[in-house]
Amino acid sequence: MTFETNTNEPRIATKKPTQFMAAESETKPERASMIEMQSFNAWYGDFQALCDLNLAVPEKRVTAFIGPSGCGKSTLLKWMNRMNDVIPTARATGQLRLPDIDILARSTDVVALRRRIGMVFQKPNPFPKSIYDNIAFGPRLHYTGLQRSDLDNLVEWSLKKSALWDEVKDRLNQSALGLSGGQQQRLCIARAISIGPEILLMDEPCSALDPASTSRIEDLIYELRKQYTIVIVTHNMQQAARCSDRTAFFFEGRIVEAGPTRELFTRPKEKQTEDYVTGKFG
Amino acid sequence: MATPEHPILKPSDPSRVFGFRSLNGIYLREWGVKFLLAGCALMSILTTLAIVVVLFTEATRFFHADQVVCDGVYVATSTRETAGDTVLCPECGASHILPASVTFYDFITGTEWNPLIGKETDKKFGVWALISGTLIVSLIAMLVAIPLGLVTAIYLSEYAHPRVRAILKPTLEVLAGIPTVVYGFFALMVITPSLQFFHDGFNTFNATAAGLAVGVLCLPIVSSLVEDALQAVPRSLREGGYGMGATKFEVSTKIVLPAALSGIMSAFLLAVSRTVGETMIVALAAGSRPHLTVDPRDDTQTMTGWMVQMALGDNSNFDMTYLSMYAVAAVLFVITMSLTISGNIVRNRFREEYQ
Repeated sequence: MTFETNTNEPRIATKKPTQFMAAESETKPERASMIEMQSFNAWYGDFQALCDLNLAVPEKRVTAFIGPSGCGKSTLLKWMNRMNDVIPTARATGQLRLPDIDILARSTDVVALRRRIGMVFQKPNPFPKSIYDNIAFGPRLHYTGLQRSDLDNLVEWSLKKSALWDEVKDRLNQSALGLSGGQQQRLCIARAISIGPEILLMDEPCSALDPASTSRIEDLIYELRKQYTIVIVTHNMQQAARCSDRTAFFFEGRIVEAGPTRELFTRPKEKQTEDYVTGKFG
Repeated sequence: MATPEHPILKPSDPSRVFGFRSLNGIYLREWGVKFLLAGCALMSILTTLAIVVVLFTEATRFFHADQVVCDGVYVATSTRETAGDTVLCPECGASHILPASVTFYDFITGTEWNPLIGKETDKKFGVWALISGTLIVSLIAMLVAIPLGLVTAIYLSEYAHPRVRAILKPTLEVLAGIPTVVYGFFALMVITPSLQFFHDGFNTFNATAAGLAVGVLCLPIVSSLVEDALQAVPRSLREGGYGMGATKFEVSTKIVLPAALSGIMSAFLLAVSRTVGETMIVALAAGSRPHLTVDPRDDTQTMTGWMVQMALGDNSNFDMTYLSMYAVAAVLFVITMSLTISGNIVRNRFREEYQ
C-alpha cells in the first residue's frame, strides 16, 4: 500500500507555515503535564466507554483527540470537568488529575474545578442574553467586588482575546442570538476564558461551522495555546493536523496511539492509526 | 423486459398473478377524508362564533330592556327618575310599569349591583361590584398558583429524580382532574372553618376560601405549562452554564428561567383567565352578595357566580334582571379573550428562537 504523505510533505504544512513550526517545536524538551491519566476507566451503566487510558496532556499546548464516532473521546472530555456528574449511570475509576487536584475525588469542588477548566461545546450555545451579559455571566458568578468598569474591561479583554471585539464592539447590548454561527462560537470561547481558566476543553468546536468560520476558530486556537492548555476533540483529521501539537487516536474506548501530531500523522506506529489517518476507515 | 427479479412482479409460482390495486375510488376517498376532517375542525370555529353571536345579541337586548314596547309599538324608555312609573300605551291604552333604567355607561362604570330587591328606582346594574369579586378571588388564586406552580415546575423540570417525577406528575394531574364542585365543597367545609379557626373575621362565605381553592385548582395548569416552557429550553444552554461552574440553582434561575420567560408569562396569563372563568367553586364558597369590596374575609359575588344564580332560575320571567346575565357574560368573555390573546402575543413576540 502507498502512504500518500510519505513522499510529499504532510498536509499540515500546506496551510500555515507557522503552525507547522508549532508542531515542530514538540521535539524540544517535554513540557510539564497539565492533566494526567493513569489506568482510567469509565462506564455508562454496564457499558464500558473508556478502557485503561494512560495519557499526559502537556500544558500550554493543543492536544487533539481523534477517532471514529462513539470511541469515547467526548466522554473523556466530559470527565475532565466532571460534566458527567449529571448522568446518574456514569462512573469512572483510575487516576485523572490536575497537578494539584484529583478530578475524580468525591471531595473535589466541581464549581472550583470548572472555574479552572473552561468548556466549548459542539454547537454554539450562547445564552439568550446580550453579548455583554453572555461574557459577564461567569465573572458575575465567580468574582465578588466587581465594579462596572472592571466588568467592562474584562468583557473587552475576553472579546479581544477571542478575536470578536472588532465585530461586536458597537452592539454589545444586542442579543447574542443575532450573531452568526462562527461569531457565536467565538463568543462561547470568550465566555469560557472570561472566568480565567487554565484549561480549555473543546468538543468538536467547528463541526457546526462553515470552512471560513472554522479557519478563524483554528487561528484562534493557535493563538490561545500560548496561554492555555487546550484539549480539542475533532472528527476532522486535517483540523487535528493543522492546529494540534499532540494527538491521541481513540478506538473503541482505548487509546491506540498518542504522540506528537506530526509523528502520528506521518509515521504512525500502529496499523489502525495509519488506516484511520489515511482515511481507510472512520 | 429489464424488470429485475421481484417476488411479486415475477412470481416463482406462475399460477399466482398479482395485480395493482384499483385507483378508481382512491382519490375520491382522499377528497372525502379531507372534507370530513376540515368539517370537524370547522365545528369549533362555528361553535365559538355561535356563542359570541348569542352572547352579544342577548347583551344588546339587556341594554334595550328599559324600553317598554306594547304589541310592537314603542311606548317609552325609562330613565333613572321615571323608573317604576306607570305609562299608558298610546295605541291600546294598556298600562305598563317602567322598568329600572339601564344604560351602557351606567353598567360599565357602576359600582352597585342590586337588581333583585326593592323598587324599580332602587335597582342598580353596576358591573364593577361583580368584577371586584372576580378580581379578588383571582388575585388570591394567583397568589397561590403562581409561586407554587413555578416552584413545582422548576423542581420537576430541573431537580427531580426521574422516579420522583414519575410519582409527582401524575399526582398533579389528578389534582387537575378533580371536579370543581368537590373543590367548592372542600373550600366551604374545610378551608373556611380552618380560616375561621385562625381569625374570627371570616364570613361563612368568603373570597379567601374560594380563592385558595381556585388557586389549588390552577396549580397543575400553571406547573405543567411552565414545565413545558422550561423543558423547551435546549439542553445545550444548561450544559453551557454548568461548564462555566454555575450551580444547579444558578443555572435554573439565571439561564433556564430567563430563557423560558415568554412561555412562563403566557402560562400565567392562561391561568389567570382560568381563574377568572372558574364558576363552581365561587358559586359554592364565595357567597352571593355582590358589592364592591377589597376585604378578602367578606362574602362576595363574582361575575360567574351571578350567572349561575340567574341560569339556575332564581329569576324566571326573562326580564332585564335575567338578561343582565348575558351582559355580564359578554364582559367576562372580553376579559378572558384579551388575556388569552395577550398570552399568545407574549409567547410569540418574546420567544427566543434556538437552532
